[in-house]
Amino acid sequence: MQKIVKTIIFLIFLFILSVFFIGLNKDTNYNTANQINKEIPDFKVSYLDKENFFTKNDLRKNNFTLINFWASWCAPCRIEHPLLIRLSEERNMKIVGVNFKDKKEQAKKFLGELGNPYDVSTKDTNGKQSVLFGIYGIPESILINKELIVIKKFVGPLSVNDFNYIKEIIK
Amino acid sequence: MNIKYLLIILLLTSQSIFASEKQIDPKEVQKNLRCLVCQGQSISDSNSDFAQTIKMVVDDLINEGLTEEEIYSFMSDKYGEWIVFKPQLNIQNSLLWILPYMALILGGFFIIKLSNKKNKITK
Repeated sequence: MQKIVKTIIFLIFLFILSVFFIGLNKDTNYNTANQINKEIPDFKVSYLDKENFFTKNDLRKNNFTLINFWASWCAPCRIEHPLLIRLSEERNMKIVGVNFKDKKEQAKKFLGELGNPYDVSTKDTNGKQSVLFGIYGIPESILINKELIVIKKFVGPLSVNDFNYIKEIIK
Repeated sequence: MNIKYLLIILLLTSQSIFASEKQIDPKEVQKNLRCLVCQGQSISDSNSDFAQTIKMVVDDLINEGLTEEEIYSFMSDKYGEWIVFKPQLNIQNSLLWILPYMALILGGFFIIKLSNKKNKITK
């Protein structure tokens, strides 16, 4: 009986130790793994200039699309903007800008100053549509293919590596 | 006698009807959602921009008629399981759910064993 008790105590100790080991090694940071290789959700955002809506179906005609979430008040958006301008020269990919929780005048001023890389400019005034894409901060960008499957999600400003990766994928 | 039975059935069915119509409290749902841009705060506790948006989306989902579990599932789908404080039952965390019951059964088993042993000694 004592032997059984000792074994059980040892097993419980081992279990607690392994729980701590696994738990403390687990990466709790937000990652985009659960979004990759999935079809983008149905969404409905209005155009920046018009009252009409832009939806998921409007993306089907593009071979590749980069959906970029940005705002004029977002400092890192300024950092990635020159890369977006360079990406806008690519013929095989369209860039859709989603202006996030911003004022229309400020957004237009931003694009006027730094250039407009977007083939389509839309807005998400209250940020609710962005939740559908799992956006939690901006800038974020989502690269999708013709089948509207997410190839990659970029959290934070696009880097030169991201730029090269996108160019490699869409060529 | 028949009226008595009828009243009991009516009482039972009315309770189940009320239970199914139970309104979801947005605050309760928000308390169980983690603010991803805050340090250890729930969506309910936080006033961050992210939390404000999630609060609006939770309200919309409740109005659309989603259950509490469906809302958690929606959020997990968008932001990963980390966003929900209450872990969901799956293979990875099944031990977390099963272990308390196992401990309860094992504990009960030991108490019975020990008390039987004690009884034998006293006899």
